Amino acid sequence: MTEIIIVLVKIIFAMMWFLVLTLYLTWAERKESAVMQDRVGANRANIMGVRILGLFQPLADAIKMFFKEDFTPPFSKRFLHNLAPFISFFFSLVTVATIPFGDVLRIGGKTIRLQILDLNIAILFVFAMLSLTIYGVVISGWASNSRWTLLGGLRGAAQLISYEVALGLSLIGLVMVFPTLKFSAFVEYQGGLLFGWLPKWGIFLQPLGFLIFFIAAMAESERVPFDLPEGESEIVGFFTEYGGLKWGLYMFTDFMKLLLISCLLTTFFFGGYHLPWLYADGFHFPWGGTWLLPHGIVVLFQVLAFNLKVFFFCWMQILIRWTYPRFRYDQLMDFGWKLLIPLSLFNIIATAVILKILG
Amino acid sequence: MRLIRYFFEIIRGFCITARHFFVNIFFHILNLFGIKTKRRGAVTIQYPEQRAALASRHRSLHRMMKREDGKPRCVACMLCATVCPSECIYIEAAEEDDPDIQKYPAVFIIDLNRCCFCGFCVEACPEDAIRMDTEQIELASYDRKKLVFDIDRLLE
Repeated sequence: MTEIIIVLVKIIFAMMWFLVLTLYLTWAERKESAVMQDRVGANRANIMGVRILGLFQPLADAIKMFFKEDFTPPFSKRFLHNLAPFISFFFSLVTVATIPFGDVLRIGGKTIRLQILDLNIAILFVFAMLSLTIYGVVISGWASNSRWTLLGGLRGAAQLISYEVALGLSLIGLVMVFPTLKFSAFVEYQGGLLFGWLPKWGIFLQPLGFLIFFIAAMAESERVPFDLPEGESEIVGFFTEYGGLKWGLYMFTDFMKLLLISCLLTTFFFGGYHLPWLYADGFHFPWGGTWLLPHGIVVLFQVLAFNLKVFFFCWMQILIRWTYPRFRYDQLMDFGWKLLIPLSLFNIIATAVILKILG
Repeated sequence: MRLIRYFFEIIRGFCITARHFFVNIFFHILNLFGIKTKRRGAVTIQYPEQRAALASRHRSLHRMMKREDGKPRCVACMLCATVCPSECIYIEAAEEDDPDIQKYPAVFIIDLNRCCFCGFCVEACPEDAIRMDTEQIELASYDRKKLVFDIDRLLE
């Protein structure tokens, strides 16, 4: 019984964390782009005159979205049209189940792993779910029953499938270095040290893999350098026929993917919840000092470290989104098939050779 | 080689936007804690509360100038109505008892629905009776009739 309650509490916390952060990523995106462009950004939404940097903006947006007309075009395939945004939303959301937020927490004789579900095949699970979000794109393009949205949906599907290959291949090198598919085990492997001082994070062992994964994952999230599927300003994308809350769900899914990619990057390549030199009983510095900490503080540090890394990658992805212009479609395909996939294959071979040499 | 240059430029672009971000956020944070700096984090003017000063030659809503006795300076010579490219000025002249003035406008209407704010009327006026320096620029209205300014409103 207590097990079930613990799992439920974990699910609620993780979902809250994920959804609230996603909601505030919309605010962060607007503010960060504003700061980059010497503007102020959304700061007008207020409650009784209190503005606090426009922090109420997502709430105002949500209210606006809820009260908009839920319009389904008469020529669309009604059921699929309504279903499509929820497919994208749902399959992006369930991936949070595998993200490790911290190591085990011991309360009152119970050992709680700060992760909803420690799957054996977590990598495969996440990729499977990410692949299923493509169905949301394709179905929305199809169900809108307009040829331009259909083209947009197909464009989106082609892009996502192309980059999924590179995404998967880029991680094989990592799986060779850390022989596991479990996220918790991934993070535990990264807790060690290289040469006695460098934290054994994925980025130091697989720099090329990191680069390929980062680029391919950004392409998966359909944001600006790779936003061929929708392309708000020029191209007719797959969710043209959506409005109100259903359109909001697509936007929300975009931001959820952004956050999810940050989580995955942190877990795979930046040591997850590990702070450098922080162990279960406190800091052990390579220059000999130790700073012992109680268990609760260590767990707090771990969760904070995880969040900090995730925020950093969110920041970086938003910065990238507001820096680069969009790829042309043939450039996009060339980039995926002719550069990223050969590079990731090379990465696999190089990793294998180096592992063999090192024994 | 081209590929390497390409990536170099990509990273350089990233550094430029990142520099903007960090410099601006630095000044934003300083201003947030009430430290006055010469430079601000953003160039934004928060419009309804803050307003930029209008240029001295800026053409805003018209006004009619008055003589010392409070009557309009206009002598109904029709030059402004003639020069107006959008034909938004309507004048009906009437006789004035004073032989120095001879005519005055019984009706003087500027229809802002048509006005294009070119300022030709101001330049044409020999009596300096019409000026466009009220600095009123928020002239929107829900009713077209409210944008037809007669002489009483122009004299205000």
